[in-house]
Amino acid sequence: MSAVQVTGASKIFNQGTPKQVDALIDVNLTVEPGEFVSLIGPSGCGKSTLLRLIANLLEPTTGSVMVNGKSASQSRLDQDYGMAFQQAGLFDWRTVAKNIELPLELKGWDKEKRAARAQEMLELVKLPEFAELYPWQLSGGMQQRIAIARALAAHPPLLLMDEPFGALDEMTREYMQGELLRICAETSTTVVFVTHSIPEAVYLSNRVVVMSPRPGRITDLINVNLGAKRTEDTRAATDFFTGITAVREALRGTHADHANAGAVRGVEDR
Amino acid sequence: MNRFARRAAYRTSMFVLSVVLVIALWEMYKVVGPQDGGKLFGAGVLPRSNDTAMPHVWTMLSRYGRPEVRGSDKRVWVVVLAGAWFSFRLAIVGFLLGSSIGVGLSVVMSRFRLVERGLLPYLVVSQTVPLIALAPLVALWGGKLHIFGFEWPRWFSAAVLGAFLSFFPIAVGTLRGLASAPAAAVELMESYAASWKQILLKLRFPSAIPYMVPAFKLGASGSVVGVVVAEISTGLKGGIGRLIIEYAREATADPAKVFTAVFGAAALGLTMAGVIAISDVYLMRNRPKETSS
Repeated sequence: MSAVQVTGASKIFNQGTPKQVDALIDVNLTVEPGEFVSLIGPSGCGKSTLLRLIANLLEPTTGSVMVNGKSASQSRLDQDYGMAFQQAGLFDWRTVAKNIELPLELKGWDKEKRAARAQEMLELVKLPEFAELYPWQLSGGMQQRIAIARALAAHPPLLLMDEPFGALDEMTREYMQGELLRICAETSTTVVFVTHSIPEAVYLSNRVVVMSPRPGRITDLINVNLGAKRTEDTRAATDFFTGITAVREALRGTHADHANAGAVRGVEDR
Repeated sequence: MNRFARRAAYRTSMFVLSVVLVIALWEMYKVVGPQDGGKLFGAGVLPRSNDTAMPHVWTMLSRYGRPEVRGSDKRVWVVVLAGAWFSFRLAIVGFLLGSSIGVGLSVVMSRFRLVERGLLPYLVVSQTVPLIALAPLVALWGGKLHIFGFEWPRWFSAAVLGAFLSFFPIAVGTLRGLASAPAAAVELMESYAASWKQILLKLRFPSAIPYMVPAFKLGASGSVVGVVVAEISTGLKGGIGRLIIEYAREATADPAKVFTAVFGAAALGLTMAGVIAISDVYLMRNRPKETSS
């Protein structure tokens, strides 16, 4: 059973009006359990739309989306996935621990169970002493770690992330990438990860899904395998650069019809 | 001294300073202003500065300590305090009524856009109806109501008019507050399959508090104004509004007396707003301060 199975999915906004936008056309994507898959592409390629289809925050215009062998809407009701966004989106009026407990509270867990799980998650993200602080007392990187802890609090098998490290500085970002890999390995979580950073996609993923705009579609699937144990040395390894070059060329292909094919707008090289 | 104590001391001293300033201006005008009013650019805009129109501050203050009427052993401050307490209770009833109606309306309006579009213009129009005209009508209608043995007491009309002035700012402020929850946070709650009620209680209301507190302050002072005006126009006895009218009749003989009641009404409004300000400090105690990032 696949973790995610998208079959012939299209998403068209404002269909039949002059403002019609073909956000996604005929997308097919399968993600196996335990895989780490990144979606990359220039702005407007529909990568966030695809993530929201998987999350059932949007319904596909045509086609089907299955998560854990169930319909996407059923998976959302069963909370089969956790989600993290570019903004940590923690609630200012809740302590760090209470923020992590939020999805459990919505599920109706009792108090002791919630507190125990929150502490377990805080240890997972290595911030155990911050339980009683408020989010605004934390740095951006710490906030994002709490957001990941919240997303994983109910132990969902799937984690959906929409540019979660986009607002962090480069040093914090690389640290967070390492932490994310460690956390996902420890919890054997499947990840679908939206990014516009090529090195980030290559470093993190088993597979990189390259997308292209107007209309949004998948143009390439690139297998990267940097091994299970990635360290800071991996960032200097030949395989890493081979992966980056492959993704960059695939992205250039998405702009082949443009006169200036040199620059890929909206995708960072860092 | 810590930061909070320093800030409190600063605020208190600024308040005292502003009171002193107002007193100084009042007394200065009495010195330089024309006794029987004056014309400025041909219009009679300068108020009279004689002791009948503008009693000295100390005359007004000392009036509190003297008997209400000659020969009575009731001093004015006792009567004003009792009147303020009477009106305060009415204003509280009106405020509670008005805030439940206001919050209820805002929840319904935020749930159904159609209701918001249909209802909001009428709410705005309702606030243009002069209270002084509405008050006797409410008393009249209320007096004819007998529901399940419930007899509409006369004081309740005044509370209803307090509610009438307080519900509007509360409804509008809360509505804005409920809509202020970031789209990403709503999306997050939806990804957890949260129900509409859960989103309302765990996200929308907490995000609305910074909008609700100023709205409730307006509503609280509105309920005081509503009650005072209603007392005057329905002739309800016992409250500060009634005292203002009674004392105003003696304004020529005893000009300081009416000001004692006016200050009583002002203090009432300040007390109501103060109660809300305290709840604001409590509700926002854990929120980020504007200074920190």
